[in-house]
Amino acid sequence: MMRVAATGSPVRFADVAAPANDLLLDGLQRAAFGYFVHAVNPANGLVADTSRQDSPASIAVTGFALASYPAAVERGWMTRAEAVTRSLAALRFFHGSDQSGSSQATGYRGFYYHFLDLRTGARVWRSELSTIDTALLIAGALAASIYFNANTPAEIELRELVDVLYRRIDWRWAQGGEATIRQGWKPECGFLHYGWEGYSEAIVLYALALGSPTHPLEGDGYDAWTATYQWENLYGHDVLYAGPLFVHQFSHAWIDLRGLRDRFMREKHCDYFENSRRATYVQREYAQRNPLEFAGYDENCWGLTAGDGPSDEMPEVTHERRLFGYTARGVPYGPDDGTLSCSGVLASLPFAPEIVLPAARNMIARYPEMLDGQQCASGFNPTLAGPGTRAWVSRGHYGLDQGIVVMMIENYRTQLIWRLMRDCTFVTSGLRRAGFRGGWLQSHGRDGS
Amino acid sequence: MTKGQDMQPSSWQNPRPGDRYDLAVVGAGPAGLSAATAAAARGVRVALIERNLPGGTCLNIGCVPSKAIIRTSRLYAEMHDAERYGAQVPAGIGVDFPAVMERMRRIRARTVRPVSFHRLTAAGVDVLPGEARFTGIDTLNVDGTKLRFEKAIIATGSRPEMPSIPGLVDADYLTNENVFDLTELPRRLLVVGGGPLGCELAQAFCRLGARTIIVQHFPLFLPKEERDAAQILSAAFARDGIEVRLNTRPVNVHTEDGQKRVDLISDDYQSTVIVDRILAGVGRLPNVEGMDLETAGVVYDPVHGIRVDDFLRTSNTRIYAAGDACLEHKFTHSADAAARIVVQNALFRGRQRLSGLVIPWCTYTDPEIAHVGLYVRHANEQNLPVKTFTIPMHDVTRAIADSEEVGFVKIHVKEGTDHILGATIVARHAGEMINEITLAMVAGIGLRTLSRVIHTYPTQAEAIKKAADACSRTRSKPTTRRFQWRWRAG
Repeated sequence: MMRVAATGSPVRFADVAAPANDLLLDGLQRAAFGYFVHAVNPANGLVADTSRQDSPASIAVTGFALASYPAAVERGWMTRAEAVTRSLAALRFFHGSDQSGSSQATGYRGFYYHFLDLRTGARVWRSELSTIDTALLIAGALAASIYFNANTPAEIELRELVDVLYRRIDWRWAQGGEATIRQGWKPECGFLHYGWEGYSEAIVLYALALGSPTHPLEGDGYDAWTATYQWENLYGHDVLYAGPLFVHQFSHAWIDLRGLRDRFMREKHCDYFENSRRATYVQREYAQRNPLEFAGYDENCWGLTAGDGPSDEMPEVTHERRLFGYTARGVPYGPDDGTLSCSGVLASLPFAPEIVLPAARNMIARYPEMLDGQQCASGFNPTLAGPGTRAWVSRGHYGLDQGIVVMMIENYRTQLIWRLMRDCTFVTSGLRRAGFRGGWLQSHGRDGS
Repeated sequence: MTKGQDMQPSSWQNPRPGDRYDLAVVGAGPAGLSAATAAAARGVRVALIERNLPGGTCLNIGCVPSKAIIRTSRLYAEMHDAERYGAQVPAGIGVDFPAVMERMRRIRARTVRPVSFHRLTAAGVDVLPGEARFTGIDTLNVDGTKLRFEKAIIATGSRPEMPSIPGLVDADYLTNENVFDLTELPRRLLVVGGGPLGCELAQAFCRLGARTIIVQHFPLFLPKEERDAAQILSAAFARDGIEVRLNTRPVNVHTEDGQKRVDLISDDYQSTVIVDRILAGVGRLPNVEGMDLETAGVVYDPVHGIRVDDFLRTSNTRIYAAGDACLEHKFTHSADAAARIVVQNALFRGRQRLSGLVIPWCTYTDPEIAHVGLYVRHANEQNLPVKTFTIPMHDVTRAIADSEEVGFVKIHVKEGTDHILGATIVARHAGEMINEITLAMVAGIGLRTLSRVIHTYPTQAEAIKKAADACSRTRSKPTTRRFQWRWRAG
């Protein structure tokens, strides 16, 4: 079935209205959203990184939650008042949080530490002040600020808090004197060695950093980043290469990149949405080849991405090959230990529903043990199943997996989050400064109207 | 006869220096030897001055000895991994380290034989053992003997670059200059530095049984190589059992009872490892000191070496340089190629340029990592649109048959053409495979033409043919491409 997007462009969005698919997707999306209902600390709005006991909060997961509340309101899973209350709790917390940058603070220069104590909001695990995770948090906050547009005291406060939080982020400082944005900073050692090199999930980070009216990125940081891209012909597909699926999904959860092209994509006669579609096909190609001969891999069973998997250090796991635990798995060069992610597959739904839906159905049918009340486990590994036993399944659930499923199914079904972010002037301004043209951006007023 | 006796026998008598040489070559490493013999073969009167043994770093203390050890270590790795090949793991695999080193020394002796002093003399070269010092723009002093030259080449090579780590000097550390003198396998080895030689030796010693830790200051090994290549190497190291510490640097060494306690720091994490030996100094610094280059008007830098122009001419127009003493790429084959340019330019009015060389290189880990030409990031910096044709080795029949599927062939072409800009190969035999790409680049052969070259089947080089086939399939006119490309199918 063909749908028409808000811009009037034809979009191949398969048979979403087919009752069977809609029922399936509704069940999976609602179950994924259920994570945010249960994993939140209502006092401060922070959301736990995982459902495991004593899990800290993750700022990125909190960002996914903020962007998911509007979808839940639209679908009647949560009242608007409840969503505003939860959002406000988080925003008030971040607004009033310790920004001293000390080892026990919550943030510094508008950025936040990756993992926070769920109760107090103080830094835990000596985690880094994370640029990408702050971007995912603030993107969620911006989505909420566009959606909650009523002239009520609560929603006005919500919008004002988001504006303050966004404007105080010092993106220029995060360059650390380099051309590209640094990945992180710690009070104990300063900026981490890692910069952003090669294609990654950082488009949303750069769009937010370039759109800032207060502390925008300096110089040609975006061009410096895209200069590290590799355009490859792999398995017969011309693709901007990156191994794990999440790289091709995270920025797309917020930004509708259909038809938008920066300088790199104009040269390649492609766009990032089309690129993610091809990357999805590359994953399937890899699984069909299955060079490491893992169990289960085929054209309808794939999905290598960042997530939890078995580890060499788990006493219950005995396996001859190396196992990688929580890591970013990717194709075609790995790491690959036979662990797949159904949520990773579902998050590619907007790009290639014609192969995602059959794969998701097949994986659920073959490995029902990786679904817990329709919530996808972070990873499952059929190779570690003994004769007649079930696949190894990651314990509990991870917030990032649930968040990306909620948002990408929503974008597939109604494009809600994409439409919200189109009205975010910071994002449209940032995209333009990065050199993006075309698509909805072309017909969108420069003031975001 | 020992190696040293063969190259400079005790009966050796220095030739009586002539009043004036057409060419004086300082240093008898790969560049110096190549220049001296090439010039002598064309009737030029040549003096070759060497303070140590002829052969230089590569033959004596560099790539040749390391390759001999790598080969043995690979055999041990395959024995341990025999089941992967459908074979049984031999019972009681034990490493005879002295035998490994003895084989290496035997091979080293064989490979240096062609450059003994007698052979050089027979080739028409006056060999002068000793220290060379410039005394003017066209004069040299060799241990008290004055020498006048028409043209000179400085080919003094390089030496290990020592990291300045407190306590390292007292730790009886190893470098590429003395690691091949080991008679006993270190039980625990720390390798400092993840450049080519550090990576090669870390893997080799690990496979020979040393518990090996490698620390690298950067987030990846081989920082100049492609990210995918470096990541594959990290994974290979982990499979071998090497303890990989990226983003880490040693900050202090304390020696006690023969054991070395090394303090490491990685961002804000501090740790200590205890090892028996430390291999450091696997980077290289040019040998430019002690020659009174200032007297000859030759400009140099202690880190980057002698400053040369694209014709390899120094700031003194009579004096040229070649090899590690002046080149960024410190390889035997690039030294040899540079020496040939220098002979032509210095003596025969040539105008050959260093920038015209197509220099491949290879890191001989398992898998090997080979490269030629531009990297994509460099092409992007030059605003050269690049497309890469990638063939994973698991798509190559022979690699599958050999159970050698780790790696890839990536060939970079200028977008919209088949003009090859560069290539990276990660494969068991990448060093052999890269030569086909190098040949194509030197001869100006496009990638599509390689598609027409019949490759023997099955070989791992079929990966190159497959990349060429993929390039051929993308050949289409822009208008056709517009129709072919559909952003979103309706």
